[in-house]
Amino acid sequence: MIFRFSDVRYRDIIEIDELTINKGVTILLGPSGGGKTTLLRMLNKMISPTKGQIFFMGESLAKIESVQLRRKVMMLSQNPVVFPGTVRDNLAIAFEFQDKIKPDDDALDDMLSRIQLNKKLDDGVINLSGGEKQRLALGRLLLLEPEVYLFDEPSSSLDDDTEDLIIRMLSMHVEKQGQSIVMVTHSKRIAEKYADVILEISEGKVLRSVKNERDN
Amino acid sequence: MNGIIDLGLVQVLLSYIFIIMVLIIVRRRGINREKEIAISSVRMTLQLIITGYLLAYVFENPHPVVTILIIVVMEGFAVHTVINKFKGKLSDKLKKIIAFSMVTGTLSCLLYFLMIVVRISPWYDPQYFIPIAGMLIGNSMTGVSLGVKSLQEGMTVQKSWVEEALILGATPKRATREILNQTFDAAIMPTINSMIGMGIVFLPGMMTGQILSGTSPNTAVTYQIAIMLGILGAVALSVMIMLQLGYRSYFNEADQLIE
Ligand SMILES: Nc1ncnc2c1ncn2[C@@H]1O[C@H](COP(=O)(O)OP(=O)(O)O)[C@@H](O)[C@H]1O
Ligand SMILES: [Mg+2]
Repeated sequence: MIFRFSDVRYRDIIEIDELTINKGVTILLGPSGGGKTTLLRMLNKMISPTKGQIFFMGESLAKIESVQLRRKVMMLSQNPVVFPGTVRDNLAIAFEFQDKIKPDDDALDDMLSRIQLNKKLDDGVINLSGGEKQRLALGRLLLLEPEVYLFDEPSSSLDDDTEDLIIRMLSMHVEKQGQSIVMVTHSKRIAEKYADVILEISEGKVLRSVKNERDN
Repeated sequence: MNGIIDLGLVQVLLSYIFIIMVLIIVRRRGINREKEIAISSVRMTLQLIITGYLLAYVFENPHPVVTILIIVVMEGFAVHTVINKFKGKLSDKLKKIIAFSMVTGTLSCLLYFLMIVVRISPWYDPQYFIPIAGMLIGNSMTGVSLGVKSLQEGMTVQKSWVEEALILGATPKRATREILNQTFDAAIMPTINSMIGMGIVFLPGMMTGQILSGTSPNTAVTYQIAIMLGILGAVALSVMIMLQLGYRSYFNEADQLIE
């Protein structure tokens, strides 16, 4: 068990009495405005419940230092910010934020091919498309190897083929590394193909939690 | 001293000819500002005359309590001016930080300057204490005010960067580093620029005053050099303290951005 919710409220947006999220791939589905992003932001303590508690590996989030948690539970936001500079700068920036030694160019080049980003490390980021920015932001998380990834519609601006490639790569990667994914998506197809558990979220509540047999 | 010319009342009145000249120009051009010009001239005259009497009295009857009282009033006025400039846009926490940073930044530089550089005696000698305090406090007021403006702007315009940095595991301090550096720069640049032109483009007010009142230019210059360095120190220190404490006021205990 990675996360456990107990009587959690966030303003009048989220209302979850009980929920557990286990190791593996958990996918959140549901209408827009249903509270999926808000839920993810509680998991890495960008916001805290206004009532109730969330536990990470058995420990209350209230007791875990936010910065330390965010280094273990890393989020890819819906519209990730790309920092001014080059592709290299952006891939390495989180290492700087976390005072860690930056990876070398070989590791960065390798990441570019894994995220299907056809750019050079020295290229500027100003002219990247939405989908390219999203993949760049994904690459900068993958390099850090956190325990849990929170993905907020990571493939929203990708075509179906690239989406499949990326999500397949992600799911294989976390399985190998023993990591977990909590991912929001609009795509039922992706959910059924890759999820261990599918949570349906609407009006701030978990309507259904379904175990899923992956069909890949 | 070789004969300083004392300005009498009549001579001062003679210089009002400048105001009359400005008034005539303004009226003939139909710029509707006669009232403001007249009022501000008279106000300036009265305020300075009163201050003159007050200072003369204080200088002749030096007393530690009076000196301290005047410094307190100056600090209070300066803090009030900075906070007032941002009408209601500052959190209570940031207001307290502004007051604290200005007072500690200026007082520490002021005491160092008076006790260790100039070595005045008695320690409360108002003739040194008051004008030098005025310069340090006045300049740090401008610096902190620029700093707060730039910090507010940075935390608004670059908020999404700060947020992304937090998501990527940065501490609030690291997430705001660029904003704080920009802010420090914006706040002390005017002071640094004014040092560059000093002595060539313009003679600073304090030095001019000293020279006119009979001090030798060399003495006036050494004072001016020391005071400029003191001013830079006071500005930099108050702005630094404001930033080191101020950035935190945008975050809560859980290192989350306060909305
Ligand atoms: N910071 C906020 N303040 C107030 N309301 C918010 C805030 N963030 C989101 N909401 C509201 O909460 C609801 C859920 O939003 P969100 O979690 O973004 O949904 P989803 O990601 O499922 O589309 C929406 O009605 C949204 O308007
Ligand atoms: Mg959302």
